[in-house]
Amino acid sequence: MQHIIIGAGPAGVVAAETLRKADPEANITIIGDEPEPPYSRMAIPYYLINNIDESGSYLRDPEAHYSNQNIELVQQRVNKVDAAAKQVTLADGSRRAYDKLLIATGSRPISPPIPGLDLPQVSSCWTLADARAIIQRAESGSNVVLIGAGFIGCIILEALVRRGVKLSVVEMGNRMVPRMLDENAGGLLKQWCIDKGIDVHTSCSVESISAADNDQVDVSLSDGGKLSAALVISATGVKPNTELLDGTGIEIDQGIKVNRQMQTSNADIYAAGDVAQGVDFSTGNFEVQAIQPTATDHGRIAALNMAGQGSEHHGTLNMNVLDTLGLISCSFGLWMGVDGGEQAELFNADEFQYINLQFEGDHLIGASSVGKTQHIGVLRGLIESKIHLGDWKQRLMENPTLIMDAYIGCTQELGYS
Amino acid sequence: MQKSLNIDPGKCTGCLQCEMACSYEHTGTFNPSRSYIKVFTFHHEGRFAPYTCTQCEEAWCQRACPVDAISVDMATGAKVIADDKCVGCKVCTIACPFGTVNYSQSTGKVVKCDLCGGDPQCASACPTDAITYVDADWTGYDKMMASASKSLPSAEVTA
Amino acid sequence: MSWTRKLLRVDLSKGTCTSEALNMDWAKDYLGQRGLASKYLSEEVDPKCDPLGAENKLIMATGPLTGTMASTAGRYSVITKGPLTGAIACSNSGGYFGAELKFAGWDMVIFEGKSDKPVYLVIQNDKAELCDGSHIWGKSAWETDDILHATYQDPQMRIACIGRTAEAGCLYAAVINDKHRAAGRSGVGTVMASKNLKAVAVRGTQGIGNIDNVDAFFESTDAGKAVLAENAVTGQGLPAFGTQVLMNVINGVGGLPAHNMRDVGFAGAENISAEAMAEPRTSDGKPNLTTNGACFGCTIACGRISTVDKTHFSVKDKPQYHGASGGLEYEAAWALGADTGVDDLDALTYVNFLCNEDGFDPISYGSTLAAAMEMFEDGVITTKDTGGIELKFGSAEAFVAATELLVTGEGFGKDLGLGSKRLCEKYGRPELSMSVKGQEFPAYDPRGIQGIGLNYATSNRGACHLRGYTVASEVLGIPVKTEQTDTDGKPELVKAFQDATALVDSAGLCIFTTFAWGMDNIAPQIDAACEGDWSVDNCLEAGERIWNMERLFNQAAGFTADDDKLPKRLLEEAIKSGPTEGQVNRLGEMLPKYYEIRGWSPEGEPTAETRQRLSL
Repeated sequence: MQHIIIGAGPAGVVAAETLRKADPEANITIIGDEPEPPYSRMAIPYYLINNIDESGSYLRDPEAHYSNQNIELVQQRVNKVDAAAKQVTLADGSRRAYDKLLIATGSRPISPPIPGLDLPQVSSCWTLADARAIIQRAESGSNVVLIGAGFIGCIILEALVRRGVKLSVVEMGNRMVPRMLDENAGGLLKQWCIDKGIDVHTSCSVESISAADNDQVDVSLSDGGKLSAALVISATGVKPNTELLDGTGIEIDQGIKVNRQMQTSNADIYAAGDVAQGVDFSTGNFEVQAIQPTATDHGRIAALNMAGQGSEHHGTLNMNVLDTLGLISCSFGLWMGVDGGEQAELFNADEFQYINLQFEGDHLIGASSVGKTQHIGVLRGLIESKIHLGDWKQRLMENPTLIMDAYIGCTQELGYS
Repeated sequence: MQKSLNIDPGKCTGCLQCEMACSYEHTGTFNPSRSYIKVFTFHHEGRFAPYTCTQCEEAWCQRACPVDAISVDMATGAKVIADDKCVGCKVCTIACPFGTVNYSQSTGKVVKCDLCGGDPQCASACPTDAITYVDADWTGYDKMMASASKSLPSAEVTA
Repeated sequence: MSWTRKLLRVDLSKGTCTSEALNMDWAKDYLGQRGLASKYLSEEVDPKCDPLGAENKLIMATGPLTGTMASTAGRYSVITKGPLTGAIACSNSGGYFGAELKFAGWDMVIFEGKSDKPVYLVIQNDKAELCDGSHIWGKSAWETDDILHATYQDPQMRIACIGRTAEAGCLYAAVINDKHRAAGRSGVGTVMASKNLKAVAVRGTQGIGNIDNVDAFFESTDAGKAVLAENAVTGQGLPAFGTQVLMNVINGVGGLPAHNMRDVGFAGAENISAEAMAEPRTSDGKPNLTTNGACFGCTIACGRISTVDKTHFSVKDKPQYHGASGGLEYEAAWALGADTGVDDLDALTYVNFLCNEDGFDPISYGSTLAAAMEMFEDGVITTKDTGGIELKFGSAEAFVAATELLVTGEGFGKDLGLGSKRLCEKYGRPELSMSVKGQEFPAYDPRGIQGIGLNYATSNRGACHLRGYTVASEVLGIPVKTEQTDTDGKPELVKAFQDATALVDSAGLCIFTTFAWGMDNIAPQIDAACEGDWSVDNCLEAGERIWNMERLFNQAAGFTADDDKLPKRLLEEAIKSGPTEGQVNRLGEMLPKYYEIRGWSPEGEPTAETRQRLSL
């Protein structure tokens, strides 16, 4: 049995490991096109602040792990998938046959249609190579403009601030991280950043970037403002790398369409991670989530099915945790709520504290928080286990910080002994 | 025989000796805010419930870690954080559905129960045997764990 | 060393919070908590000041062991000049607040001046800030606790606050922390209210890591815990029955006063005892007692957590009281029950909840109500005064109705908030106040138990069992049995208990440990944790020093030997029946000797020699 995995991110690596566990005899090959050993993009911000060196971002120990597990690592770009012949063609022209193929090619930054985005002073922040370029250009005292205060933008803020740059952030939404946090939470993050000396523009977009003197660029804003910068970082979102399947007839929507087995419309081809349009736990719809925990879940379930062990994906919960210059925020599931649902929230702008819970009936269906680091995972537990909160619903309505108490109260016998 | 922590909320008095022992073992200070075991007080019910990592089979935290910083201590079965590998990304803190992996802002790393390498100090310090370290087979604690993890569907194998 | 070596000074007049180095020279003489804070009070406050004026100060102080792993080491005290007595006041509380203050990095907080509007203090480690408290003024202690937890969104925040009773001016209002632990006596909550200070909210994440001798510390504290576990009182009696184990015991030996101390022995004692609390009730098959609970670090866990019968008249239409909360301790059960003649366990438990919910001392309240009942019986107080309440001994309905008035200070509640001394004076029957220095007696009759009478008479904060619990010896035989009705040896016994207690109260430990621990168990724990020499002898001397310092404060406040007295009833009205029939307290046989062994003049003043010996 030959398994080929295209993509060396978390989905691909977890899939390979799961396959190995399920089938000690199979041939397993990961093909990735980046020059480094498999690494985690989640670690890039910590690389940028010198908390770790490059090797600290590696998903697994590159020296021993893959050889110990007898997983072949190939560093090449895949140019073509021939579904009919069950073959892939690599950049060097060589071909490899597969029995089962996993597409785990991830996503890449989108390039918004802004004139000047191709100037050398503009960088995205996605790969280790991007990170190196940013480190080089973001010198202390230089002006840096970050386009997009989304998840990626926020996690690199600290790195930029610590490098001593003068930072401006331009976000089209009316708050920071609009796709992850509501107005209260996003507003808190904005205030936090302003307090730390960052120039934050929300409900604002970049209209153009043009070259100026001294290797600088001018950035024109939709509100009429103009910023001068040595470096512009574009972090306006990502899109799935689906192009590899163009022409194969495999169904593609936002991402590669998969069923609950993570199988594409071709029975021998699976997809996982950012590229796959898998089931969302909360909505039951097939959506691209593009988050790390979903990638590993996808990888695991795809691999079990590739190995012939039936495994059904019941949906992954969309969730995120974000550290914005030391202010920690997170959101889970339907944090924006649903029609007919109820919500409980506490908001203390002075203390940068926020918690919001969303209910449907006596189930928790979504949550978000700012300034909390203790026991936040239990929000996932409360949502995914679909616990009937019973009396605890009312108690959470009165004090939504009692999430851990509610979970323990619902799962353990606390009545009179 | 591997052992696990067995917690009997009915015996807990809320004295927090466990939290002090845990924090002293891991930080060298008496500091409940940095304890990996936490006693929850149920005022209305008149109950106290110590709670910490169950070292669950699923190892949600380990699977979510992007940099392979969480491993299994083969002697105890504990899921253990390697401080030199943890970058502090906090993904495990939202991945653990039991809420027992927490980020420590003072260290920039995540922390969780490591069973003290096989001699859990919380159990030693507990004056009422509300926390004991017993053969894993008959811990009542895993009943809760089992029921909770069963209801977490995303990785269920149906074959 | 275990001290954080830092105190927080809060000037309520100016609205400022400043950090200050702890005076370590004083710490070596007065240890911490009660001793050290009393030293600060003595140095900084004019003993003649108006307790409710801006010139009085209020100190919340921990001991060096507070927040460590020593058993029971979670205590803090509130020290001030008390409004009920005019004497130095020091009320000790458990729960989790004291340890949290320590974890935030503070040995004590000194409040001075007076805010011109309601405020609360929030401490988050090094950060301390006074905040507008107008939205919590007028709220109960329980509501205040909930509101502040919601504001800071931190379930682990610990809160000490006052309830509505303090705001209404009740002179024996308490400071409540963690919803049902109280710095209960002498009106320390009233002082807090007079300063417009509603609450103190603390969150500390710094921990305590500076134990002087770690090995010796664990050796001595582990040994101490083993002693507590093996002792019948601390290992079995207190966890199972709480202090309420005493109800039937003290009644049995002829030491339980009743009906404003007109009688000794209460027929209804069994109905309000620990045994009754464990008995399943008919309505729902559940006992009054839900479980026992511990304060921070306590391996005894004597605390009672109880429920009221949901069908009981007092809570029938009040679902907010249907959950579990702090239940009856012995002193409260006696004062609220035996002394008022009420033997309705649910009514007592409900009123005990109110004591916590709105912060007032059940001992002073029960005794004051008992005095009012006696005056009602005598016709001095009538339904015109009480607003229609038939204030009869034994009436649970009257008892509940009167308490609800006290909480907010409405109508007759205002009178009840005066305390028994002022109430009895107001209605022209001063002899009916069962108090010393204006503070009401606890649950042991000084006629049936002689030594405790001497302790009451000489206690620096007015009548109080917790200043020298000779009952341990006189009834329970700890550490040795002395005869209840003898006066021989009692001055020595009282002095020894008073001095040792002063030291325990200054360490961060709970006095209940002394059912099992002697100073030879305690001193090594302090010595290991703290720098300096804390041998048994030095500990006892520090205790004696603290006692004398408090005495000197009171002396400067105007107290004399004339205030070391018991009400006439206890000296002249003999016990009518029971095992101690015929007894009166023979204070006159004990007091001169007590002064002598204390090194005090016949007028009760520490001599120059004594002051010098104790470096005072």
